[in-house]
Amino acid sequence: MDLVNIFIKGVFIDNMIFAYFLGMCSYLAVSKTVTTANGLGLAVIFVLGITVPVNYILENQVLKAGALQWLGEDFVNVDLNVLSLIMFIAVVSAMVQLVEMIIEKFSPALYSSLGIFLPLIAVNCAILGGALFMQERQYSTIIEATSFALGSGVGWYLAIVAIAAIREKIRYSNVPAPLRGLGITYIITGLMGIAFMCFMGIKI
Amino acid sequence: MKSFFNKQHQKLIADPMGDQNPITIQVLGICSALAITTQLENALVMTLAVIFVMTSASSIISILRNHIPNRIRIIVQLLVVASLVALVDQILKAFLPDASEQLSVFIGLIITNCIIMGRLEAFAMGNKLWESFLDALGNAFGYGWILVAVAFVRELFGSGKLLGYEIPGFSYLYEMGYMNNNLMILPPMALIVVGLIIWIQRSRNHELIEEN
Repeated sequence: MDLVNIFIKGVFIDNMIFAYFLGMCSYLAVSKTVTTANGLGLAVIFVLGITVPVNYILENQVLKAGALQWLGEDFVNVDLNVLSLIMFIAVVSAMVQLVEMIIEKFSPALYSSLGIFLPLIAVNCAILGGALFMQERQYSTIIEATSFALGSGVGWYLAIVAIAAIREKIRYSNVPAPLRGLGITYIITGLMGIAFMCFMGIKI
Repeated sequence: MKSFFNKQHQKLIADPMGDQNPITIQVLGICSALAITTQLENALVMTLAVIFVMTSASSIISILRNHIPNRIRIIVQLLVVASLVALVDQILKAFLPDASEQLSVFIGLIITNCIIMGRLEAFAMGNKLWESFLDALGNAFGYGWILVAVAFVRELFGSGKLLGYEIPGFSYLYEMGYMNNNLMILPPMALIVVGLIIWIQRSRNHELIEEN
């Protein structure tokens, strides 16, 4: 049950976009049509689902204070937390590169649909944010961390597809000229955020 | 002989503050900008951190630009930025533990702040040290003033304070029945405040208006 709770919490209550504004840049830039938003959203779920467990292993086996115990008693007092930022971003960019190569080899159809978005994801704050939140919240098992990662990914996907659908429709409305494009997108996202806040009181 | 600080250099600083603003026009660096603007103090700390990281990163990349192989440039850039951010993170933890606690993961997220990567990629990779430094400074200030403006509005109306201090006249207002608008503290209002700043900016300069 706990896993489902963590998943749902990631999708709705701690939604990456509406509660933490992570990945806003690509969210605003790539949400002009539903098709592209769909591709980017799927890529984010995928990459989050891979990088967070890898970073979890790294955090618990190497970086945490005392995590190097398996190397011998001399390493009990070693605390490599200073390096966590650099290690996490290195893992993220390496994993993105790796995932890109694997998809290209085994599923050219998926590759051509995700295509340009995969390399972009390396600098998507949602991915590094996922790793940092995982570190901060200290999930007890790797499965919980994965469940959190997938939940956040799905929440991000939901948000970008929703805003893309709204932006496709808003083309037919008469928005005040200075607000067109970026301005109205900000305000709509804000309003969607207020709507998403109704999940905040739910305790699971 | 080019002067040390000519018209072109002025433009590098001035453009990102106004018509080429990273947040309202270029759509860069929004991720970290919005979440930490509930208090003016956090916004100031964040701005200083970004100014430091950005000017140093741009200068370093600009010096190294002819030695970085094109294919691995993203990783080199990320590593330079990540090392600088790790430095800032440690300094904040040591000297400003409260602010560091409140900014939590967002200091780490300066690494993926698109302004830094965007300017490194678009400017520092192709320009000399002094120009890159000025461009980074201009963009960091452009980012900073939006942050401070949003934080000013949110803290003033949200908690009735500025930089954590009570505002003298407000006690009379409270007696008359004025209440703090708690909505301002919540995340969605940051987006709406930025939306309003964009509205004001684009009403003043019609060239910036986009297609619907």
